[in-house]
Amino acid sequence: MVLVLTAFFLVLFWLANHFVFRDLASISPPRDVNVDTRTFVGAFLTGLAMFATLFLGVVLAVFLTLGVVSGDAERGLLQPLVVRPIGRSTLLLSRFLGAAGVCIVYVLAVYFAALLITDLTGHWHPHRIVEPGLELAGAVVIVIAVSLLGSVVLSATANGIAVFMLFGAGLVAGLLGSIGHALDSHAIKHASIIASWALPFEALYQDGLRMITEGASGLTGFLLQLGPFGGAYVHGWGIRLWAVAYLAIVVAAALVSFSRRNL
Amino acid sequence: MPVALAVRGLSKNYGSVRALRGVDLDVAEGELVGLLGPNGAGKSTLVKIAVGLVRPTAGTAEIAGARAGSHDARAALGYLAELFRFPGWYTADEVLELHQRLSGSRGGAAERARLLELVALSDATHRRVDGMSKGMQQRLGVAQALVGEPRVLLLDEPTSALDPVGRRAIRLLLEELRGRGVSVLLNSHLLSEIELVCDRVAILLGGELVAAGTPAELSQPKGVELETDEGTRTIDGALREDVPRLVAEAVAAGRRVYGVRVLTSTLEDVYLEAVGGETS
Repeated sequence: MVLVLTAFFLVLFWLANHFVFRDLASISPPRDVNVDTRTFVGAFLTGLAMFATLFLGVVLAVFLTLGVVSGDAERGLLQPLVVRPIGRSTLLLSRFLGAAGVCIVYVLAVYFAALLITDLTGHWHPHRIVEPGLELAGAVVIVIAVSLLGSVVLSATANGIAVFMLFGAGLVAGLLGSIGHALDSHAIKHASIIASWALPFEALYQDGLRMITEGASGLTGFLLQLGPFGGAYVHGWGIRLWAVAYLAIVVAAALVSFSRRNL
Repeated sequence: MPVALAVRGLSKNYGSVRALRGVDLDVAEGELVGLLGPNGAGKSTLVKIAVGLVRPTAGTAEIAGARAGSHDARAALGYLAELFRFPGWYTADEVLELHQRLSGSRGGAAERARLLELVALSDATHRRVDGMSKGMQQRLGVAQALVGEPRVLLLDEPTSALDPVGRRAIRLLLEELRGRGVSVLLNSHLLSEIELVCDRVAILLGGELVAAGTPAELSQPKGVELETDEGTRTIDGALREDVPRLVAEAVAAGRRVYGVRVLTSTLEDVYLEAVGGETS
């Protein structure tokens, strides 16, 4: 079902690319507006594809992990397994690695398929191709870790709701950041930056968006920065290292919580 | 006799609810102990602490000398939970193979075939769990608990979904396991089952151990029944030692004696007396 829906999304994305780039030839901006329409459209559509890929990846991640502990324990699936010598930590790490493996492959496959579609239909691709995909995959892996931790302390339904609310909060914070920069509002920018550090999956996604628009300069770059798939206001190695540390902390918290949980 | 399961001063609180209150219990090697009690008495909590699923508030539990929940303890035990489920898309053989891998058993296909035969599931080796009746799944659960030849077996209501034939099969299996030196703690509501197979019985009530001993030790004398040509009469308070005297007196009185039976309380009587008719 996931594959069918993904194929459906990619077909829709291909149609969007096909018609947008076909009609692009007939659009001519005013002479005094120096906008590279192909770059603008290509980066915008790729940003849209990254958002959709992140969303699909997060949906897959949450449904793979939302009931790993509480859900499986309520159904009686977990108890026969955890009393085996393999132990709780190995079991939880296995579930984490399994879900991460599936989601990384999925996210990278959809991301590169979207890039290929844009390249084939619009003859445009971002200057940096691999890094945004890796950051997108990293963002989904962080969501997996958060969902695993949630599954230790919350019921499956509550965990699913909580993780999607966190995901939504991150996206809203990112959009607020764009608005804050457009309005030059210090308070909104500050809130967005705090949210990016608190929810680094959002920061990684924003950093990936930043990288696909990096090649756009002048007015084209400025317009892309203003849009929903534009700038990142927390980026670089600092947030990447924090994302790795955050992941390690969340996984460790999940392992400790699981080791102490009554089943 | 070496102790396979040792529980000392075990207490467990769930918030304000005291599920266990300082329980002491031993299961010796090769011994089959039945755990009885009304719903909410703490039986499942005790078993869950012993297998490491639940952390005690106070006290200790050891399996084969290792702290409950430790690697060595988990390596020595087999467990059937009261409520359990296997992935529906697995076949019976795949369930056992998974548990062989998790427990490090090297028994391979031969062990799986033997276990499925033990629980009368040889015909369902390649049947998916989804396609099995509840009784078949419970028998598969028992087979799963036996993977890796555990030294200690903790079974929480292993026959609750079985028909009389299935129960008998499990009873015979337990007797066979005892013969091989496996220690078993059997948590069951079925008094007749406990009475038939268990060496000792422990009765929990409100989280406390209120009675423990062999079925014979727990049972109380209830008199002697004497069948003569005048009919059957019960002499209350008479003991086994009184039988020769009672028969001699009856014969001396010119009665023909056809039968004598020493009456003792059943496990059900003992249980009801211990729990005071409590249920929940």
